[in-house]
Amino acid sequence: MAYRTYLMVCAGTGCVANQSMKIKEKLESELVRRGLQNEIGVVTTGCNGFCAVGPLMVVQPDGIFYQLLKESDIPRLVEEHFLKGRPVKPLMYTPPKEKAPIPKMSDIPFFADQTLIVLRNRGLINPESIDEYIARGGYTAIAKVLTTMTPEQVISEIKASGLRGRGGGGFPTGIKWETCKNAPGDERYVICNADEGDPGAFMDRSTIESDPHAVLEGMLIGAFAIGSSQGYVYIRNEYPIALERLQIAMKQAREYGLLGKNIFNLGLDFDIRIARGAGAFVCGESTALMASIEGRPGEPRAKYIHTVERGLWDKPTCLNNVETWANVPQIVLNGAKWFSSIGTGDVSVDAWGGSKGTKVFSLSGKVNNTGLIEVPMGITLRKIIYDIGGGLKDGKKFKAVQTGGPSGGFIPESLLDLPVDYEELTKVGSMMGSGGMVVTDEDNCMVDMAKYFLAFTQAESCGKCIPCREGTKRMLDILEKITNGEGTEEDLVLLEELSNMVVESSLCALGGSAPNPVLTTLKYFRSEYEAHVKEKKCPAHSCRKLITYKIDPEICVDKGHGCDVCRKNCPDGAITGETKQVHAIDITRCGKCGICYDVCKFNAIFIE
Amino acid sequence: MAKITIEDLAKIREKTRQATTLRQGAGRAKVNVHMGTCGIAAGAREIMTAVMKEIESRNLHDVIVTNSGCAGLCSQEPMMTVEMANEPAPVKYVYMTPDKVKKIFDSHIQKGQVLKEYALAVGSEKTR
Repeated sequence: MAYRTYLMVCAGTGCVANQSMKIKEKLESELVRRGLQNEIGVVTTGCNGFCAVGPLMVVQPDGIFYQLLKESDIPRLVEEHFLKGRPVKPLMYTPPKEKAPIPKMSDIPFFADQTLIVLRNRGLINPESIDEYIARGGYTAIAKVLTTMTPEQVISEIKASGLRGRGGGGFPTGIKWETCKNAPGDERYVICNADEGDPGAFMDRSTIESDPHAVLEGMLIGAFAIGSSQGYVYIRNEYPIALERLQIAMKQAREYGLLGKNIFNLGLDFDIRIARGAGAFVCGESTALMASIEGRPGEPRAKYIHTVERGLWDKPTCLNNVETWANVPQIVLNGAKWFSSIGTGDVSVDAWGGSKGTKVFSLSGKVNNTGLIEVPMGITLRKIIYDIGGGLKDGKKFKAVQTGGPSGGFIPESLLDLPVDYEELTKVGSMMGSGGMVVTDEDNCMVDMAKYFLAFTQAESCGKCIPCREGTKRMLDILEKITNGEGTEEDLVLLEELSNMVVESSLCALGGSAPNPVLTTLKYFRSEYEAHVKEKKCPAHSCRKLITYKIDPEICVDKGHGCDVCRKNCPDGAITGETKQVHAIDITRCGKCGICYDVCKFNAIFIE
Repeated sequence: MAKITIEDLAKIREKTRQATTLRQGAGRAKVNVHMGTCGIAAGAREIMTAVMKEIESRNLHDVIVTNSGCAGLCSQEPMMTVEMANEPAPVKYVYMTPDKVKKIFDSHIQKGQVLKEYALAVGSEKTR
């Protein structure tokens, strides 16, 4: 059946949670009602990335972008746009601070400034259809590899491309493959790490949800290069949609003989098993992940022997992250030169000499356009936050951006022109990590943020090594003390010393990076720590124990005429006063919930 | 579906191409049927059906079909605009019939020859 128009409805987790499947059903029934069901097709796609405005839909071939759809919008939309040909402006995206909506997806800055390699098929194909993946050039990379290349050629191509591990480590992928291929052993394994445990990171989930076959094809190429016939995808059980699409993709690939014995009748045997993670953050670490597949407790081991030599079941194992695998088919098809033309540095002599290709980031926090973005390496943080991200919400002032997930560092405004690059981010105390990006504004207390993320990594510490188990716990105690207004100047010294000790002596990268939020905030926002310690004040008015709510008596009476709203809403009964009279807060009873602050229309309540 | 070979990849690609080319917004020609109230009343629905039929029977993968509102010249509806990727300006056809649709596909879309006798004008109004 040929359609003239396709309605590409986003069915990523974010949009599905916002009822995009109901939108799809409503669209279908309205199209039938208008007799358009044979002309206009409805397709569900993976995540478009612009999760902030979901549920969303793109009309192709026109490229019109509709956002924040409600079921009740659909009858009008179908009648106006698809029956009468008049795109519906109120359902289009209008950038913050502007008046006119932007009809075309390609003109919206959020999309226009991105470069898609890993997410090239997002929103364009139905992730549950292998034919549509093939139509976009899918599985031609493995065909090319099997017919025209040797394993050595594949490895040298990947090496020359400058591709580095996208899971956080940034290890050159080609070198990893080569070492694994050359390691002695009769059997080898290929693993895809889809145990994306970082709070606020969802690029691996989205990649699988929108283009699962790209990951499978990448693994096939890797299997051919290192000589493996068995692969594993270790995926979090908390990702039901990604898991389902992956299973569908594997079933389809098996039916086409693209997984299994003698692929394309060209002699490659390779199949994949799914291992489901139970939600432990540490299982994203390669050795813990392999232990978990083997059925042992998910704890890392010391890596004096690398997993490429002795990994899963003590066999040579090549583990890469979802995003890394999804890059591979495109590198094979377009060549190392094409890939290495994007990004920073020079990888022709030294594989560590630059950051090439693109990186997918989950942009979250206090920016307008939260969502999933793919940008070329070397782009500045400023461009990501202000152009793609659309700047800060509610016109607040930027404070810091945390890159790399819960154990990434906070980068202050003075470093916003920093290019996004493995080495540059490490230099300032943060990291590429798996690609989380959390933006904070003036209302965020940096001590509290450090405490928040450390509380996460501390809880997720597996407890095997003492520095991580005990060190992070004691660090958290100190941060707790500081935010409660009980910290001393010696605590800051001790905190810094402990942080450095945990970084240096932990067994794996969890402990090795967990202190990053503390160290960077101590470095770039020391004055905030000092205010907590010396003055017992929280400059961002965030730490409850250090703030006091007060009522300005003049504003309360002159402007608000003692409206009494605060007293009525106070859950602690801490406010005294009556209508037309001045009100006051009894600080001994005040629970510091902030409700009075929010309900006062006259801004008579302030925080000290 | 049984196990596929490398040659089958191209066949699957061909089979699915119509959908995927259009979704990328790429096309050799764009046919726009004007479907304002006036157009629909004058029979634009039939024209759209005829266009879809031509696309399907000729197995065209690279022709974008879209509809738009009233073009302003209600007296000469149904109207249809043909825009070729390699031509500088779109051509507006007036008083359309299913038979004219077939001829326009034969001549303009397939061979690049504008059917002047059915055409109103070449180009669009100036917009600011």
